[in-house]
Amino acid sequence: MTATLIRNARLIDPEAQSDTIGDLLIEAGRIAAIGPGLPAGKAQVIDADGACLAPGIVDLGVKVGEPGERHKESYGSAGQAAAAGGVTTIVTRPDTHPCIDTPEALEFIRRRAVEAAPVHVLPMAALTKGREGREMTEISFLMDAGAVAFTDCDAVVTDTKVLSRAMTYARSLNALVIGHPQEPGLSHGAAATSGKFASLRGLPSVSPMAERMGLDRDIALVEMTGVRYHADQITTARALPALDRARKNGFAVTAGTSIHHLTLNELDVADYRTFFKVKPPLRSEDDRQAVVAAIRDGLIDVIGSFHTPQDEESKRLPFEEAASGAVGLETMLPVLLRLYHSGELTLPILFRALALNPARLLGLDTGRLATGAAADLVLFDPDKPIILDRFKLRSKSRNTPFDGARLQGRVLGTWVAGKRVFGG
Amino acid sequence: MRFDHRHLLGIEPLRPDEIVTILDLAEQYVRFNRGRDRHSQVLAGLTQINMFFENSTRTQASFELAGKRLGADVMNMAMQASSIKKGETLIDTALTLNAMRPDLLVVRHPQSGAVDLLAQKVNCAVINAGDGRHEHPTQALLDALTIRRAKGRLHRLNIAICGDIAHSRVARSNILLLHKMENRIRLIGPPTLMPTGIEAFGVEVYDDMRKGLEDVDVVMMLRLQKERMDGGFIPSEREYYHRYGLDAEKLACAAPDAIVMHPGPMNRGVEIDGTLADDINRSVIQDQVEMGVAVRMAAMELLARNLRARPSEVRA
Repeated sequence: MTATLIRNARLIDPEAQSDTIGDLLIEAGRIAAIGPGLPAGKAQVIDADGACLAPGIVDLGVKVGEPGERHKESYGSAGQAAAAGGVTTIVTRPDTHPCIDTPEALEFIRRRAVEAAPVHVLPMAALTKGREGREMTEISFLMDAGAVAFTDCDAVVTDTKVLSRAMTYARSLNALVIGHPQEPGLSHGAAATSGKFASLRGLPSVSPMAERMGLDRDIALVEMTGVRYHADQITTARALPALDRARKNGFAVTAGTSIHHLTLNELDVADYRTFFKVKPPLRSEDDRQAVVAAIRDGLIDVIGSFHTPQDEESKRLPFEEAASGAVGLETMLPVLLRLYHSGELTLPILFRALALNPARLLGLDTGRLATGAAADLVLFDPDKPIILDRFKLRSKSRNTPFDGARLQGRVLGTWVAGKRVFGG
Repeated sequence: MRFDHRHLLGIEPLRPDEIVTILDLAEQYVRFNRGRDRHSQVLAGLTQINMFFENSTRTQASFELAGKRLGADVMNMAMQASSIKKGETLIDTALTLNAMRPDLLVVRHPQSGAVDLLAQKVNCAVINAGDGRHEHPTQALLDALTIRRAKGRLHRLNIAICGDIAHSRVARSNILLLHKMENRIRLIGPPTLMPTGIEAFGVEVYDDMRKGLEDVDVVMMLRLQKERMDGGFIPSEREYYHRYGLDAEKLACAAPDAIVMHPGPMNRGVEIDGTLADDINRSVIQDQVEMGVAVRMAAMELLARNLRARPSEVRA
């Protein structure tokens, strides 16, 4: 593999929390050198012209339509979208049809991913068989087959005994369990967050307290079992103190949130726009600001796109009946740069949540700009103005809430293990 | 040689010297059972009733044979098909039987503590043949005799008990007995099948079987008690076998002369490899069955001696 020297870049290193101008040399799939005025030697030289170079995004919780809904998204299309969005690792969800709950199904995912996707694909597996919350999956065999974490996604395991056994078993294998903190009795059937807007629109709604109740229960089970636990999405202010307390008590609890809950609020649903229907539903502006602050303070560790492709038919329905979820692989970086331009978050903080923390959570040798680390990189111009056109997205599904949005930021190049997979 | 218990309800109340007394007497019965004339009059004139509130084949047969060889009048009662189906409480059943003046009651019951309760209501001697997840003293005694014969001693051995500890009365009785006799005990199994706080019994707990088996002298396998599980303790039998099934490869971690035990009935291919279970150089599973009859004869003889010594109390 030929060497590449990227010159004159704004190097965003989330590990050192630094943002400096310099050069970066890629050799044999790794970062070989970093610093000002590196000699080119035989390397191919790219002049970044002041654009930002950061570790590639590790997107935890991506839905691909294989198996079962390939018309919505394939490993090929998801991989292209990821590369175009600066995402170098996609960590896939098991909520497919059928779901990924056996080592045999996981093998299929791994084979398809290697064939079709230009970025790293790490599969997650279901925590319980059929995501039905009755019997744990073969966690040991699934880990041997390559599962990086175990989650039933939005199907909350309601039987606490089943969940505690699965967590106890997972702990003995040091497996990571990812929960969806939600009190399912309260949130069942809800399409919005309870409050003035939901009342105005007459939508069935759920109290933001349902998230805190789910998180409280899961944290109690973590305390009981000692498992490594990650809450997929924390989206409300009221859940944050519980998270903070668990961390201060020394429990292995981490949390994520979504690009939508960081950049949108419930009012964006406006006239029943179903592309804004996500799970959990969009929250109040106060909640959004609290979640942004939690990213800044490091209380919430990970930002994910929660990429959920839906075809037009699934969304062209009355709001209550419409499917939840939005695509995000390709748009997450320009969307999140809103928070940078508004002064809410710095670039090193953004990439701590986009690359460093998820990489650490999964034990990956990426997510930082350091000599010797894997050369999974994204080069982007943070200021370039764009108007997002959903029909130009690479995903097979175009259900983005940001269609027509005026954003700033464009990905110029993406490298996966030193190989350029986008741009140039 | 002293053994002044009225009942044999568990290992917990026994002193080490009492355990040795039972095993020494059982040793004599091993020779007796291997002889030509397998009939004695030790229990002649006494009535033994086997009350099994839970299915059993081998334990019931073993007690029946032990009683018959000692000359007792033995009666088996299949309690699942009896008056408890008609709504009689355990205490009423006990009082009814007591009125028939038996001398020895051998009781198995699916609930922990039920045999103790019954023993409080009758005038005869009671042997616990297994109560719930609590104790199964004659199993622990026969295991101890098997170990002592194979290893030449019953102290300072490294002994691993593997598998479904949580649902196993065999494990509890064995832990108590082997601990009293000053052995080093390791428990190996998935954490979902490990009782909470079991470390307090003076054992070491492992969830990695290979590590747990390092240098052990005795490997006691337990049956995966499918009938006691309400689901969700283990992902599947194949993953259980992969992680906790005893096969030649995992056994290689143990001492080269380690023996393999199993209380039966075995689930071949779930907790133990079938070939290994049949390996006469390692497996003492058939010896355990033989020791079972001898140990039960010894226990019944000791209890009968006390019965005869205190007739006023018994026949009150």
